[in-house]
Amino acid sequence: MGGFDFSNYNRNAALHAKGAPLPKATSTGTTIVGCIYDNGVVIAADTRATSGPIVADKNCEKLHYIAPKIWCAGAGTAADTEFTTALISSNIELHSLSTGRPPRVITCMTMLKQHLFRYQGHIGAYLVVAGVDPTGVGLYTVHAHGSTDKLPYVTMGSGSLAAMSVFESTWKPNLNKEEAIALASEAIKAGIFNDLGSGSNVDVCVIEKDKPTQLLRNFEKPNERGRKERDYRFPKGTTAYLNEKVFTKEDLRKYVTVEEISGDPNLMEVDP
Amino acid sequence: MTSLLSHNPHTNSIGYSFAQPTNAGNTEHSYTDNGGSVLGITGKDFAVLAGDTRSTSGYNINSRYVPKVFKIGGEDETGKDAHILLSVVGFAADGLALKERLDAVVKMYKYQHGKPMGVRACAQRLSTILYQKRFFPYYVQAILAGLDEEGKGALYGYDPVGSYEREQCRSAGAASSLIMPFLDNQVNLKNQYIPGSGEGHALAARKPEPMSRETVEQLVRDAFTSAVERHIEVGDGLQMLVITANGIEEIYHPLKKD
Amino acid sequence: MNHFPGTWGRPRDDVYGPYDSSYLQTTGPKTHTQSPAVTGTSVIAVKFKGGVAIAADNLASYGSLARFTDVKRLRKFGDAAVIGFSGDVSDMQYIDRLLESIDIRENYSAHGNQLNAKNLHTYLSKVLYKRRSDFNPLWNHILVAGFDSEKKPFLSSADLLGTTFSAPHLATGFGAHLAIPILRRLFPEERSIEEISKEEAVSALKDCLKVLWYRDARSMDKYSLALITQDGIEVHEDQQIEAQNWAFAESIKGYGAQTV
Repeated sequence: MGGFDFSNYNRNAALHAKGAPLPKATSTGTTIVGCIYDNGVVIAADTRATSGPIVADKNCEKLHYIAPKIWCAGAGTAADTEFTTALISSNIELHSLSTGRPPRVITCMTMLKQHLFRYQGHIGAYLVVAGVDPTGVGLYTVHAHGSTDKLPYVTMGSGSLAAMSVFESTWKPNLNKEEAIALASEAIKAGIFNDLGSGSNVDVCVIEKDKPTQLLRNFEKPNERGRKERDYRFPKGTTAYLNEKVFTKEDLRKYVTVEEISGDPNLMEVDP
Repeated sequence: MTSLLSHNPHTNSIGYSFAQPTNAGNTEHSYTDNGGSVLGITGKDFAVLAGDTRSTSGYNINSRYVPKVFKIGGEDETGKDAHILLSVVGFAADGLALKERLDAVVKMYKYQHGKPMGVRACAQRLSTILYQKRFFPYYVQAILAGLDEEGKGALYGYDPVGSYEREQCRSAGAASSLIMPFLDNQVNLKNQYIPGSGEGHALAARKPEPMSRETVEQLVRDAFTSAVERHIEVGDGLQMLVITANGIEEIYHPLKKD
Repeated sequence: MNHFPGTWGRPRDDVYGPYDSSYLQTTGPKTHTQSPAVTGTSVIAVKFKGGVAIAADNLASYGSLARFTDVKRLRKFGDAAVIGFSGDVSDMQYIDRLLESIDIRENYSAHGNQLNAKNLHTYLSKVLYKRRSDFNPLWNHILVAGFDSEKKPFLSSADLLGTTFSAPHLATGFGAHLAIPILRRLFPEERSIEEISKEEAVSALKDCLKVLWYRDARSMDKYSLALITQDGIEVHEDQQIEAQNWAFAESIKGYGAQTV
């Protein structure tokens, strides 16, 4: 059966009590936002992943696929946001197949909150769920402990206050698509430049009624690295070594069996 | 009568309680880390001391321009005629207090002896100042730079309680663990060998040679643009002070602001 | 008399019992502020062409209780500077008393020099640093606005640890999270202070105060705003946050499936 393995729980608790530190998870100390507009919804995220004060990934993806017209922006522990959204995405797909209907945003949000509530906050996923379904446009936030919120504009992550300051000072009702994209992008940039946990680029996802979803990866790149001034290539032979052992292709053939295959090598056996 | 009075109810009472722990000597609320990084490299007749200008607290940027490298022993607050450089990184309030103490000491030396304080004497004095606060330290990593008696670039690196050493190059602060290995490799040519100079242990290591000022400045800029990429507390601006026989030159370069 | 001079002239222990010296102790162990009590939230400030604007709301909270709703947290110092206080209100009043005595002494002195905002900031940051070094911090984060010795607009901050920094726009407390992003967006670094008008600065501060009122649970919609220019200091107290927009509230129904 699937699920989590708790067999090392007692050992880890004892080690932790003796002072062993917990392993550091990659956290997406993040800015994520969502904003409803007249004909759909837009969500956006920065692309920095951190491990303490170190940047673990300069261009990571924080916008996760749930269904063709439901997407999720994730903050918190990177693994938790990835696995939780992947799990719910699978279940939504099965649910949609079983009911024969397109999936709904509220179904997805409810599955997420029930999953997260069950784990009492130990799954550190902080999410913005957005999408379009037959009932209309949906935009929710889901906290790691399972609480949810439904608002016309939302922000989450360490840069949520910086992003919220943009919404609270410039948002107005009945935005059109272009205005909503510009506003979400501006909110993410407030996070990128004012919150140390956020940085690099802006990713945007636009979900519109009766139109295919657009994932605008690296919609804005306001932080490109400049050229280095010196050349750091080393001449061959710079690194010292004490021993040398050369494996030739012929030597390797002793350890592997090579079979010539017939037919088109580009086709897999399941292909017709 | 005697026995009655000896049961004085106050006799054993001390009149107050020790139940509340006091905050005295609790250093937990006395420090903060303001982030940032500094680095220094010496050459034949110059020394470079550079630092980023970002000041942080937690995930916030306090300011994008707070200098961490100071001129010591100048005549006025602009640092005119200073002949020593000091960089401090860590807790900014302690850094500023340390800089002002050292500046006063170097000024007093000049007034009392009629000649500027040498960088070697200043380095020893800074160590003493730091050790004087051994049990409530200045929470800073300091680097001191100047020109020695022979006019060669001199650089001294310190720990927060005054242990110090003269070095060719040193990096301190938040991104020191990123910058220092780069400096070891590029300035002192550590882990670099002359290709084809021998087999096994006979392979000859590359010998470090004095670098030109141009090369040093390029290395400093590359070190900082790279640290900015991978450390969240480093960024905004690069302040670089170069000390030569002609005086001190200050150069500013913008860095990424995310 | 016996051979214990220490007991001469004292009540006899065998008659009156041993002397209870705790009566001599007038105080308990020395204690220091370990957390603030009555507090003020954010102070925000921005430089403009020819001066500085600074603002703070009029609330003093006691934990989550909105305890005093008419507390002025901006203090004028002569014609030279305005100091904005956040943090503990009793420590603010103590600093206010320090400043009052300095102001009186300066006005009676014969040297004729006037302390400027930069001098005041240096003084206050040293007071704060000294107190933290004595393990007895003054629980405040302050902004000092005015002019330096070259008559250029001056704005700088000092906190309870003695940490100091300055920038074209500053904010304490929650304002550091909510107001700074707004101010940095309206007045980016590329834009010189010479291009920012007084009206623009004031309207930016009002925008920030409104956002703080919307999102900072320890704030209120009554505030004070001061303008420091070469013409002098204007302090506007008892101001009200205008053009509040709560219309969106009607459209929000529940947190999930609820629709009515």
